[in-house]
Amino acid sequence: MMHLPILPILLPLLAGILLLLLRPLGLQVQRMVGFVAAFALLMLAVWLFDASLAGQRQVYALGNWPAPFGITLVFDQLAALMLLVTAILAVGALWYAIVTEIDAQGSHFHVLFQMQLFGLNGAFLTGDAFNLFVFFEVLLLASYSLLLHGGGKQRTVAGLHYVVVNLVGSTVFLFALGALYGALGTLNIADMAAKVAALPAEREGLVMAAGLLLLLVFGLKAAMFPLYLWLPAAYARTSAPVAALFAIMTKVGVYAIIRVHGTVFGVDAGNLAYFYAPWLLGLGLITLVLAALGVLAAFRLRFQVAYLVLASVAMLLIAVGLHSEAGLAAALYYLVHSTLLAGGLFLLADVIVRGRGTYADRFDPGMRLPHHALLGGLFMLAAVAALGLPPLSGFFGKLWILQAALEHPWRWAVLATVLISSALLLIALARSGSVLFYKVKDRPDAADPVLPTQIPAFGLSLTAVLWLLAAVPLLVVLAHPVAEIMQQVAAQTLDVVGYRAAVFDPAVGGK
Amino acid sequence: MDVSTINLPLAVLLPFVGAAVVAWAAHFHRVAAAWLAGITTLLALGVLYPALIAVFAGETLIQSWVWMPAIGLDFAFRLDGLGALFALMILVIGLLVILYARYYLSAKDSMGRFFAYMLTFMGSMLGVVLSENLLQLMVFWELTSLSSFMLISYWQHREDARQGARMALAITGGGGLALLAGILLLGQMVGSYNLSDVLLAGEQIRAHALYLPTLVLIAIGVFTKSAQFPFHFWLPNAMSAPTPVSAYLHSATMVKAGIFLLARFFPVLAGTPEWSWLIGTVGMITLLVGAFVALFQHDLKGLLAYSTISHLGLITLLFGLGTELAAVAALFHIINHATFKASLFMVAGIIDHETGTRDMRRINGLLKYMPHTAVLAMIAAAAMAGVPLLNGFLSKEMFFDQAVVASGESLWGQAIPVMATLAGVFSVAYSLRFIHDVFFNGEPVNLPKMPHEPPPFMRIPVDVLVVLCIAVGMLPMFTVAPLLAVAVQGTLQGVPPEYSLAIWHGFNEPLLMSFIALVGGIAVYAVRKPLFAWYESRVRGQQLRHLYDWKIDKLLQVARGVTRGFDRGSLQDMLFWVLGFTLLMGTAGFLSSAAPLLGERVLLPLDAVSLAVGATLILASLLSVVLHRERLIALVVLGAVGLVVSLAFVKFSAPDLALTQLSVEIVTIVLLMLALYFLPQYTPRTSAVWRKWRDGILAGLLGLGAAVLALAVMTRETATLADYFVTQSVPGGGGANVVNVILVDFRGFDTMGEIAVLALAGLGIFALLQQIKLYAPAEDSSGRAWALEANPFILQTFSRVLFPLMLMVAVFVFLRGHNLPGGGFIAGLIAALAIVLQNLANGIGWTAQRIRSDMHSWLAAGLLVAAGTGMVAMALGYPFLTSAHTHVHWPVVGDFELASAMFFDMGVFLVVVGATVMILVELGKLNRLDAPTPVLQGEV
Repeated sequence: MMHLPILPILLPLLAGILLLLLRPLGLQVQRMVGFVAAFALLMLAVWLFDASLAGQRQVYALGNWPAPFGITLVFDQLAALMLLVTAILAVGALWYAIVTEIDAQGSHFHVLFQMQLFGLNGAFLTGDAFNLFVFFEVLLLASYSLLLHGGGKQRTVAGLHYVVVNLVGSTVFLFALGALYGALGTLNIADMAAKVAALPAEREGLVMAAGLLLLLVFGLKAAMFPLYLWLPAAYARTSAPVAALFAIMTKVGVYAIIRVHGTVFGVDAGNLAYFYAPWLLGLGLITLVLAALGVLAAFRLRFQVAYLVLASVAMLLIAVGLHSEAGLAAALYYLVHSTLLAGGLFLLADVIVRGRGTYADRFDPGMRLPHHALLGGLFMLAAVAALGLPPLSGFFGKLWILQAALEHPWRWAVLATVLISSALLLIALARSGSVLFYKVKDRPDAADPVLPTQIPAFGLSLTAVLWLLAAVPLLVVLAHPVAEIMQQVAAQTLDVVGYRAAVFDPAVGGK
Repeated sequence: MDVSTINLPLAVLLPFVGAAVVAWAAHFHRVAAAWLAGITTLLALGVLYPALIAVFAGETLIQSWVWMPAIGLDFAFRLDGLGALFALMILVIGLLVILYARYYLSAKDSMGRFFAYMLTFMGSMLGVVLSENLLQLMVFWELTSLSSFMLISYWQHREDARQGARMALAITGGGGLALLAGILLLGQMVGSYNLSDVLLAGEQIRAHALYLPTLVLIAIGVFTKSAQFPFHFWLPNAMSAPTPVSAYLHSATMVKAGIFLLARFFPVLAGTPEWSWLIGTVGMITLLVGAFVALFQHDLKGLLAYSTISHLGLITLLFGLGTELAAVAALFHIINHATFKASLFMVAGIIDHETGTRDMRRINGLLKYMPHTAVLAMIAAAAMAGVPLLNGFLSKEMFFDQAVVASGESLWGQAIPVMATLAGVFSVAYSLRFIHDVFFNGEPVNLPKMPHEPPPFMRIPVDVLVVLCIAVGMLPMFTVAPLLAVAVQGTLQGVPPEYSLAIWHGFNEPLLMSFIALVGGIAVYAVRKPLFAWYESRVRGQQLRHLYDWKIDKLLQVARGVTRGFDRGSLQDMLFWVLGFTLLMGTAGFLSSAAPLLGERVLLPLDAVSLAVGATLILASLLSVVLHRERLIALVVLGAVGLVVSLAFVKFSAPDLALTQLSVEIVTIVLLMLALYFLPQYTPRTSAVWRKWRDGILAGLLGLGAAVLALAVMTRETATLADYFVTQSVPGGGGANVVNVILVDFRGFDTMGEIAVLALAGLGIFALLQQIKLYAPAEDSSGRAWALEANPFILQTFSRVLFPLMLMVAVFVFLRGHNLPGGGFIAGLIAALAIVLQNLANGIGWTAQRIRSDMHSWLAAGLLVAAGTGMVAMALGYPFLTSAHTHVHWPVVGDFELASAMFFDMGVFLVVVGATVMILVELGKLNRLDAPTPVLQGEV
């Protein structure tokens, strides 16, 4: 099937258009169409992922223009993996939004949701740096509105910050692309790699400057120190399903670094090979420390979860910064784990917040929650996974990253930072779990209004939480096949020569 | 399947399954939980039985499956003598504790939860001692920390339980992280995480450069878990757990996990001076500190906790001595300590249960109230003190013997037996206190309950353990010898040394030391009153626990300080960091290469017009900054900047860009003006002076940086894709306007994304304005009411006449687009401008009323047309967005180039109009909230 790579882009786009057209038919129809589309996307992603395991890259020349002149889509295992994770996350987040009726709190939720997926999938599939910029814009525009969905003052403030910071990011993106185009004469990623491999020495400075600017842009999306300041408030203030979906947004930044920098400044880039990696590793380490302190400092559950997301991104940056095949494979394993876990955590936090009434997500002792034991158990499970304790996937991901780090000259720094920050997370999460679930009041204060005795749509919301958290034990039980797949994906991703060959001679396609 | 090939994992996993079953069963019947827990434990013992037989016959069993080869993790289990010893202790004492807990827990305690946690912990412990793979051992190791957290915090409503649990988790879990690092290094050295390989690689490891860090890291793991100084303080704080938990975790299992690891790694890591110094010293300090502090505890369990610390120190010290015989003594003491300490904890629990307090200042003279229990307690305490004919005596003799052997020549060496004896003195003293204070010493003081004997089944576990103490103490060769022998073999992984378990070794130094300890202990106890007073006044406040609390507080303060300091939630801060880092990274990029900044290409000569235009641009930009407080004026100046940019496009022969820029500029400024209506007219001055300077300098540097980057590009000649586009535009794209062909054909996919962006902007603003309540001010900042006069009549008239004309222009620009400057984007903007003009001339309300069609449909239609054009190509078997074009001859109109890309362009047109008008209309609606629609002249 030659059209394979375009399908995950077209499906959400068409669904978005359809939803726009069906707008007069009301919310129920929107929900049905939106969810069916998301589910269809999941099925498609599963099918594509399975297809990708054969090892063939599929290159799609849009408009039938050959690379590097037209825009090419490159469908490989890395793209397939990202598509799959996104689709799993999207189904959970959307389901939660529907059952809790959060989607009804503003206009166009379903359209925006599909367009968000359109932007994400496009970013994962494109083989063209400028087209990547375009899809970044699509996913950002959709995210601006999704972030503000539901309104409220604090959310709007956080949203404004997010928008302005990302506008600056987009501007720098254009500067970087302009400089790269000026220096290399092309924007096709494979072609850029070829040009960098044969780069005249007198252009190295210019290309490195542009490459680092591009790293800054992707780092801004990924929430790398010192560019992450938009993240905590934005994630903590937005509605739960949006925050859950946004778990993939930071990973887009990491993905872009792996894809663009890993390909353009890959093994055969001469003096420029992996020149960006120390930046990534160093900044990742700083991010991790600050994220751990942030988790410890949080007064509210949702801020704590937001900082946990930051910590997981930091782990990814470190793992990618190791620029080894093992590091990348570990990063991908950790990426799947942390994305789905973060999504599940945001949803779980929302269920807890809805059960705590006026105590909301503040770390103050409240009343005993409805479904206290179940929610407490799930929180513990998620916390254990997030701070990387056994027997859940966080531990195995961390272990893998640390093993990869042992081969790196900075191993002591990585080892110490990762383990110390894990200890900080342990202290922080034990405290918050203890306050939320153990330290309950016997009777409400006089000032408390009537507190919830029920969480609305509890069972249905919980299905969404479980859908996402299921990944955490599954990644452990299926560690063998999953790890092998990650190794395969990492190997294919680092095979820059094969990537170039596939783009320029689609008949080759293979490894 | 043959069970004997999977019995090790089965035994480990059984308790986990049992935990789930127990939690479920407790919903139906309280006591069923206890029964099921007991049955699970028996089942695990049964499953393990054949394997134990094999181990006693000298075998080492390994059962292994692949788990995650990428990190060297196997699902692998191992049973040798050491594992067998620990597995037996875990299961047998576990069984006794389960029986005990069944009677200990009160009616309001949840049995299901207790036994579920208990079994989880049991499974984790079994996992630790039966793991062949070290990474898997880590998994179970941290699981013991987690499940002990649940057990210690079992009484969740109690503050001390929560704090004690958190402290235990932080220390043991944190130590686990150090252990993890140590094990990673071990794996790095050996190339395998399987014990079978690691145990064989002892020499290689000890000679390796990474030996010392590995040793230190593993030692931290051991010390935290086994409550060694200076990490010991979590153990007394964990005494807020129910007593069965203490009896299990803090005598026989959890704290012994660290000791287990010392034994496990003994053949690999021991035998170096580093090992002896580190392990031996810490063990010695712990031994002394624990024994000393134990004496001063008034809480029964507190005394036992410090005594446990002391005994763990003793075992650690023995391993630290590094000789094989010392290891034998250590293993022997592990067994003995487990039996007498578990029974003592159970006695403490019985006393607590029956009297309602654990304060030894109140519990006195219990002998006559519970004589049976008293006898048991006295025997067990005597074993703890090392009284002859009890098991504690035997291992303590061995310890004293080893202390003497180790003394050697040096001063430090000489000190070992002295300190060992001193610890013995305190050990006797606190054991004596336990016996005398509780069972004699007058009458009870103000007890909450009238004490009496416990239910018989609650006492049976104590009976069993005390009988074991006596049996081992009197007949070691017929009781403990085989178990010890097999454990020694498993630990040393080689031929065990000669040792004797006889009770009587003749008159020698160890016997003398025992004697001194006994007499000294009695003497110390005799002068306890002044000692207590001294301790209360001088020492009590100095506990490490306070240091820990203080450190945690400090940590929280630092965390909050750093986080609030960096993440202030200020947009200015965020932008400062982003922009500052942009400058830094750009500069760093240039500096990391020796390549010249600029290229060789000669710049074009500067003409006066360009200079003037450039100067205007700079001036206007500066002006917009200077005037930014006057928002309206700043906006007008910003418009000027845009106009100059479009002039620059004209100068560089880019008419399409100039047209686009021009129309975008106008639309944007008008929309911004609509928005300004809701904002204050002036920006208040809020920034400090230093901040302005900082931001000004940063902005200047960034501008400079952007200029350098642009120059660096422009001074270099690069072959780009442009040539291909120019040559292919007509033959491949069917259009002479390369820019348009790029937009709708070569890179039509980009354009499709961009119109999606535009549509999203429209939808986003729609959604935002739906949920926002804006109150337009009724007057301006000087207090003047808005003028409500009608718009100028001439403008109204002309604009309405112009409207169709402008639309015609839009159609014209659209149609010529493929070959001449124009196209869907510009045409859309012109059409939008036509409506903007109506807005300006006739008022927003008037215009909005007349826009009847829903712009959502325009957006949908536009996107659909664009995507549909692409999909037609797919239906015909070409990639998405492949265009076709043909040359047609229309009568009257003449020759006409017809390209499928025009349909695509139509989509672009629709979206541009739809998005722009949608924003206009929505902002217009808001405006009408406040101001009434002006009555227009000439309106009927």
